[in-house]
Amino acid sequence: MAAAAALEAVAPTGALWGLVHDFVMGQQEGPADQVAADVKSGSYTVLQVVEALGSSLENPEPRTRARGIQLLSQVLLHCHSLLLEKEVVHLILFYENRLKDHHLVIPSVLQGLRALSMCVALPPGLAVSVLKAIFQEVHVQSLPQVDRHTVYSIITNFMQTREEELKGLGADFTFGFIQVMDGEKDPRNLLVAFCIVHDLISRDYSLGPFVEELFEVTSCYFPIDFTPPPNDPHGIQREDLILSLRAVLASTPRFAEFLLPLLIEKVDSEILSAKLDSLQTLTACCAVYGQKELKDFLPSLWASIRREVFQTASERVEAEGLTALHSLTACLSCSVLRADDEDLLDSFLNNILQDCRHHLCEPDMKLVWPSTKLLQAAAGASARACDHITSNVLPLLLEQFHKHNQSNQRRTILEMMLGFLKLQQKWGYEDKDEQPLSGFKDQLCSLVFMNLTDPSTQLQLVGIRMLTVLGAQPDLLSSGDLELAVGHLYRLSFLEEESQSCVAAMEASGTLATLYPVAFSSHLVPKLAEELHVGESDLARGDGPTKCSRHLRCLQALSAVSTHPSIVKKTLPLLLQHLWQMDKGNVVTGSSEVIAVCQSLQQVAEKCQQDPASCWYFHQTAVPCLLALAVQASMPEKEPSVLRKVLLEDEVLAAMVSVIGTATTHLSPDLAAQSVARIVPLFLDGNISFLPENSFPCRFQPFQGGSPGQRRLVALLMAFVCSLPRNVEIPQLNQLMRELLELSCCHSCPFSSTAAAKCFAGLLNKHPAGQQLDEFIQLAMDKVETGLGSGPYSVQAFTLLLWVTKALVLRYHPRSSCLTDRLMGLLSDPELGPAAADGFSLLMSDCSDVLTRAGHAEVRIMFRQRFFTDNVPALVQGFHAAPQDVKPNYLKGLSHVLNRLPKPVLLPELPTLLSLLLEALSCPDCVVQLSTLSCLQPLLLEAPQVMSLHIDTLVTKFLNLSSSPSMAVRIAALQCMHALTRLPTPVLLPYKPQVIRALAKPLDDKKRLVRKEAVSARGEWFLLGSPGS
Amino acid sequence: MSLPPPRRHATPLSRSPEVRPPERQCLPTVARRDSAMVGGGGGVGGGILENANPLIYERSGERPVTAGEEDEQVPDSIDAREIFDLIRSINDPEHPLTLEELNVVEQVRVQVSDPESTVAVAFTPTIPHCSMATLIGLSIKVKLLRSLPQRFKMDVHITPGTHASEHAVNKQLADKERVAAALENTHLLEVVNQCLSARS
Repeated sequence: MAAAAALEAVAPTGALWGLVHDFVMGQQEGPADQVAADVKSGSYTVLQVVEALGSSLENPEPRTRARGIQLLSQVLLHCHSLLLEKEVVHLILFYENRLKDHHLVIPSVLQGLRALSMCVALPPGLAVSVLKAIFQEVHVQSLPQVDRHTVYSIITNFMQTREEELKGLGADFTFGFIQVMDGEKDPRNLLVAFCIVHDLISRDYSLGPFVEELFEVTSCYFPIDFTPPPNDPHGIQREDLILSLRAVLASTPRFAEFLLPLLIEKVDSEILSAKLDSLQTLTACCAVYGQKELKDFLPSLWASIRREVFQTASERVEAEGLTALHSLTACLSCSVLRADDEDLLDSFLNNILQDCRHHLCEPDMKLVWPSTKLLQAAAGASARACDHITSNVLPLLLEQFHKHNQSNQRRTILEMMLGFLKLQQKWGYEDKDEQPLSGFKDQLCSLVFMNLTDPSTQLQLVGIRMLTVLGAQPDLLSSGDLELAVGHLYRLSFLEEESQSCVAAMEASGTLATLYPVAFSSHLVPKLAEELHVGESDLARGDGPTKCSRHLRCLQALSAVSTHPSIVKKTLPLLLQHLWQMDKGNVVTGSSEVIAVCQSLQQVAEKCQQDPASCWYFHQTAVPCLLALAVQASMPEKEPSVLRKVLLEDEVLAAMVSVIGTATTHLSPDLAAQSVARIVPLFLDGNISFLPENSFPCRFQPFQGGSPGQRRLVALLMAFVCSLPRNVEIPQLNQLMRELLELSCCHSCPFSSTAAAKCFAGLLNKHPAGQQLDEFIQLAMDKVETGLGSGPYSVQAFTLLLWVTKALVLRYHPRSSCLTDRLMGLLSDPELGPAAADGFSLLMSDCSDVLTRAGHAEVRIMFRQRFFTDNVPALVQGFHAAPQDVKPNYLKGLSHVLNRLPKPVLLPELPTLLSLLLEALSCPDCVVQLSTLSCLQPLLLEAPQVMSLHIDTLVTKFLNLSSSPSMAVRIAALQCMHALTRLPTPVLLPYKPQVIRALAKPLDDKKRLVRKEAVSARGEWFLLGSPGS
Repeated sequence: MSLPPPRRHATPLSRSPEVRPPERQCLPTVARRDSAMVGGGGGVGGGILENANPLIYERSGERPVTAGEEDEQVPDSIDAREIFDLIRSINDPEHPLTLEELNVVEQVRVQVSDPESTVAVAFTPTIPHCSMATLIGLSIKVKLLRSLPQRFKMDVHITPGTHASEHAVNKQLADKERVAAALENTHLLEVVNQCLSARS
């Protein structure tokens, strides 16, 4: 048994000798891996390998020794985890000794030491001894890059596992490392070296007397000057080096006395990147520095930052300068001081104030804004700084405001003040008396009111913004101030001409109303109610356009202020009552009047959406009222009033649709269920019991042969049922769907049949998969086929097909593909072809009323991509196969699809489609040209390389289209000419003279908008390849 | 200028006297302050501006698009505002500001007649000794040359009485050959192009 084992051991040992010989003497690389694998699997021990190497490790020829050690090191790199402590001790002794050997041997020795540095069994003390040996015997910076990297790895490994031992070396370790990295230039090594220095500092190794040395050996790379070569396989960016060096430099306050002068010097340099890097590093330093470190350098730092912000042409330098000042101030604000220290924050801020104050008094001059920004950057750093600066600047600005009389100067002063007031919001003050603004409150309020009454719109606008900011300060404004403010906002909302101030005043009312609902509902809403009432009588008299616009403003103001539930409870009844008054009073009302009320209602509905109670209140109040009005209008009458007709117009119904939709989407499912149980029976059974005024002359039967007017109201049903949450069950669904189908393809006006088709599609989209859904689809398909077959209803049947297809495409229903195929087949239909082409636009775009995500429709996010992949090949094929006269239909369909597709999806498909698109540019149809141009324009910007291949065609076709009879096409073509300049310049240069000559013609276009595009396109072409561009 | 830091030297260690293999560099190295590629020179940053704190004027907004402009049939004639829109966004060679913000160009100083194909622009240097006056005039002229139909005869001059060497500058700007020659000068063309580039 034992003999057998010995025999077994001998045989492979013989093999080992062979492998070692092949590697060392035969210069083959393969055996090293083999030996390593065998040791790992336990076939040999490391000792056996050493024995087998024996003579080669002592060979007088350095190359042979190197080869022998290389084999051993490679084995160790694979097997260091198997080593026993005793073996490690011997190996370390051997390797340390070899460090003194010939330079050819050193790389392999270092590899071996790296393997041993990863060894868990390394006994205490050896790490230190290895490092000492390396520091003493190896001149690291004269080694090749890879070997220097190995040394850094050894150090890193030891720092990770032997921290305590290394710290025992004291400052010698730091000094040793300084010598190792001194002179390093390779970016890969520097990244590691910076990391080691960062660890030295952050893990608190002893730096001893070598702080300055350590700073010098790293700071000599600042600011980083490195450009990675093209196609760099290592992927090290300048930014990587900058960040890791910054982490080192900004890691300790002990570097401050050396670093700050260096930073000041580099901020003052003329190189932009050096300025930026220095300012960013300063910002980073402020996170660890305190007042003590900054003290001596504050005047110079401030001088440098000030100069950069005052003089720079670069916005980035300005921004970094301001950030640095912000950080400096923050650092000074929160430094912990000893009892006898002077607080430097105040004197620093006084310096800033002194240098910036006088510029604030010259609101016309360039430096007014840089000065303001500096002060605001400092004030934004801490509550104390804010307090100090605001208490100095506000009185000054108040005084300056009264000294300057021109409105543009006053405006600048107000804008500055506004910035300082906004900063106050950053700091919460618990006590009202502490609030620094409370002392200026009266002055500020009178200033605001003064500007709100100024004739200059600009001053009014700033005044309104300032009022909003003051209002946002908790407990600042008194109820008297608020009443005055509300009065001003009311007045401004009804200013005669200036719509900018009106809009701003209404917006401000909305914002402030959320904070002060009582003030607004008691002071503003009654005034608006009165205004509305006066407006009614004015309208009744048919007064002029000014009254009319005043009335519109009133409606807008009512919706704008409805930002708080308690206010909605007052404004909504007002608006609805207004509608009833119009209905009853036989007022001469145009459709625009009703639409305006509906728009106002819709805005109120939007503001209610977030609050469930408000939302239900709106729904419950507004929807029955609108339905009642509409139902009444649809009743046959002997003498139909004007308003009744108006209410049934397409646009008015569309406006009501959006009110009902908005009021429904955010309902909770159980409340929605209550509502659906009343509204569906209204339409199917004529059950009018829940309508507020319901004595009608005859029955409401929109489906069963009611009047054409009643049928139009299906649009309102659509608005409601298609906005319901998906889990709300719809009563009598089967009957409803059949009625809708019937209506969609019967002889009625296009409005009602389209509404029915959309409603059907909206319900189909949300219906859960299953037998019933399949039945509905089959019913619809039958209806479509019958309709398309027989002449009179083919248009209606096509509309139904389109909407059903859309409903199914959106939810990835398997039947959608056969519907799309049917639609595509219609492209070559002589009558329906153009409509089918436009239908693709509808399929790919988002609707506003049905099939929306907001209305809980099932819309898969990638449906456009999927539609593209599924159908574009067929479209292209169809185009090639189609007879000449219908080819434009295919192009149009295709360009609709491409236009709506996210560009990243389109880019990879481009090469196959581009030739078709280029052909589409020659298509005489303006719509195709326009949509192709708008499709190509972003591609020029985003895929210049692909487009470059077609430069010749593109230039010719774009130039041709720039003289198209259609203005929109000319504009789009010139925009494409402009976008062409993004292609690589060498591709464009041969065309430059030709293009510049050709673009001279549109410079004299009769339309100004075309000339504008020609000017910018030609200007860019001039700059191509020209110096300074 | 920054002085290189004092160099410390690693103690030369005794080692075998063979020549070491030269290092093969795969990557460009990172410049050290004490190596040949000096990072950033010192000195006063930016240079001193002739007029560091000029008056700033408000920018006019975009010209609102009228219904007439959107109507295919109605021709829009070239008017003073259109010319002003061409030149108002030209960058000042010194400041990060436009000629409009510095009030160097104003709409009232633009005279244009579309039927007669003439345009005259007067510009006002910020200070009477402004050394940039010729350059600004040249930029305006070039912008108009590039943007207006060829039929236009254009005259760019300094607002009377606002510059010390008004006549000399006007004469240069009116001289076609000189303007053409100036644009052959790479350095001048570079500055003009920078003034005409959209500000990033």
